[in-house]
Amino acid sequence: MLGVARRRLGSGTVLGQLMQTLRPAAAPRTYSAAAKEITVREALNSALDEEMSADPSVFLMGEEVGEYQGAYKISKGLLDKYGPDRVLDTPITEAGFTGIGVGAAYHGLRPIVEFMTFNFSMQAIDHIINSAAKSNYMSAGQISVPIVFRGPNGAAAGVGAQHSQCYAAWYAHVPGLKVLTPYSAEDARGLLKAAIRDPDPVVFLENELLYGESFPVSAEALDSSFCLPIGKAKIERQGKDVTITAFSKMVGYALQAADILAKEGISAEVINLRSIRPLDRAAINASVRKTNRLVTVEEGFPQHGVGAEICMAVVEDSFEYLDAPVERIAGADVPMPYAANLERMAVPQVEDIVRAAKRACYRAVPMAATA
Amino acid sequence: MAAAALLRRLPAARAPATAFMAARPISDSTATLTIETSIPFTAHLVDPPSRDVTTTPAELMTFFRDMSLMRRMEIAADSLYKAKLIRGFCHLYDGQEAVAVGMEAAITRSDSIITAYRDHCTYLARGGDLVSAFAELMGREGGCSRGKGGSMHFYKKDANFYGGHGIVGAQGQLFEALNISALWKLPAILVCENNHYGMGTAEWRAAKSPAYYKRGDYVPGLKVDGMDVLAVKQACKFAKDHAVANGPIVLEMDTYRYHGHSMSDPGSTYRTRDEISGVRQERDPIERVRKLIYAHDLATAAELKDMEKEIRKDVDAAIAKAKEISMPDTSELFTNVYKKGYGVESFGPDRKEMRATLP
Repeated sequence: MLGVARRRLGSGTVLGQLMQTLRPAAAPRTYSAAAKEITVREALNSALDEEMSADPSVFLMGEEVGEYQGAYKISKGLLDKYGPDRVLDTPITEAGFTGIGVGAAYHGLRPIVEFMTFNFSMQAIDHIINSAAKSNYMSAGQISVPIVFRGPNGAAAGVGAQHSQCYAAWYAHVPGLKVLTPYSAEDARGLLKAAIRDPDPVVFLENELLYGESFPVSAEALDSSFCLPIGKAKIERQGKDVTITAFSKMVGYALQAADILAKEGISAEVINLRSIRPLDRAAINASVRKTNRLVTVEEGFPQHGVGAEICMAVVEDSFEYLDAPVERIAGADVPMPYAANLERMAVPQVEDIVRAAKRACYRAVPMAATA
Repeated sequence: MAAAALLRRLPAARAPATAFMAARPISDSTATLTIETSIPFTAHLVDPPSRDVTTTPAELMTFFRDMSLMRRMEIAADSLYKAKLIRGFCHLYDGQEAVAVGMEAAITRSDSIITAYRDHCTYLARGGDLVSAFAELMGREGGCSRGKGGSMHFYKKDANFYGGHGIVGAQGQLFEALNISALWKLPAILVCENNHYGMGTAEWRAAKSPAYYKRGDYVPGLKVDGMDVLAVKQACKFAKDHAVANGPIVLEMDTYRYHGHSMSDPGSTYRTRDEISGVRQERDPIERVRKLIYAHDLATAAELKDMEKEIRKDVDAAIAKAKEISMPDTSELFTNVYKKGYGVESFGPDRKEMRATLP
């Protein structure tokens, strides 16, 4: 009940913020029967459906998106509804169909190119970077590229080294691209709609393990005009002792860590980044100026990762506010192993986030007190 | 030798009638047999090899045994996947055994093979053993990649088998490979295991020209009945001779997979069950060899059945053994990142908690 009220009010209003602090200790998904829940899969499917309905220039292209109903069933029903001119099954030719997609965008269509996983986007990365991202700049604004590249990103379960990489840092490195990372069903709907409507190339990084997860959604989020702003993070949980930034699946882990930390008297603020490029530096800095401590969490490899950029963003803007070194939790610095025990060690776990947050909090404690 | 073979191969208890039949042992003869392939070869830019394939009874028996072993391994993998002992992706090769087996009959272990993710049987054909295959599938340290690769990443360097790769499909890369191998006259054989479906997409929806053996354009090619192990052997022998002398050649193996693309794909939403059972009925590679064995009186039905029973036992024993093998040691997380690590550090998710020096 509180949760529903909080969602309606949002965190922007004073009453909304009050409702935030009255939030029950339980995980953020115990709501009254009145709140509707949808899966991330349903959220993505409905967003695609609504945007294709609203704008005839929007079309979907990729492997198995049509007759197979989508490799992960995200595009279920769309071929039947919109026909083969708007839902195109491609051969297994990433470079080929990405090139055609970018060309279509040059001509003013609004393609959505699906990669069965972003690991396969590497077959087409030259088109994403050189044909899409840089065109508006190189042509001095003549050629804009309103394209969305979407699909599952990061680790799944037991799929091995070539199928588990996170590409957030890779794509967010490039000026000219926008990179979005939804977590909840509301994120999925609002950010995908925003991406499709955006005039620039957007890399939309989903997560296979989140597709089946259910989240409550407000009536506002279910409306077909719903859209979330690009470049704005969401404070998923307010706190005052330490800031934890995360995106995609790691948001759920960060929230679990925050619950555990709360029991030990540490109030963690969890930021769902939602947008890796542009990165919401303002929200991150505002949070760190409040808590003075920061833990960055990501699934991808650590070196040159998203956490490294966030750390620098805080050092540049809020150095004097930091009371402890910035902590970084990331995937292990090794190709993803297949064996179950090794894979568990290679991916961040909730206890890693808890441990790092505690380190960030006790760093200012005098040594005598710890003896 | 024949008597010893007799004693080795016959089971202990025999009914009187079959005891009389058993006077002729399962053939391990190396006498030449000439057998016609199911259909002639179709050729592009080259004269096709003859339909008459020379083989021996011993070789035919080996074909039967090897393909049956592969078949049983893949079916067992299906069960292990459903029991959640195999995780992630699992792409099964049952139906395509003749390609892996026929190819090996024409080449040596000094010839190199590289393939995609449907690699379990290729590994076996290259001399891999059942225990290391199952151990790898179950992520144990006794696996051929010590549990670190999984189903799609089997390798056997000492047999010149270079894997085992998960990322496929780019057609432009095929053209680049054809061009450069033709330009430089490289002794390369490009084998297309044409099982007619790319995941859920039938070839007529994915390829403007389904004549893949002609896709090499200036590179010659051969279309082969990939369900006929003798045709595969003949084609590969021909291709190797050609490649060594003249440069690249394309082989299109017309084959079929009984399972879906992977264990996540039922395989029946984009093709009919009639089609699948039809192929099994008309073209199964093991059944074809079984018929040849009967036709040339190389073994009886009972003997083949016993062989299959033994294979089943071997597979079950290998699975049991693999299940006993432990998961890799946690230190293996950081091994083999580099061949030469220069002493740099690598990290776990929490670098203050887990780190290692790469030697």
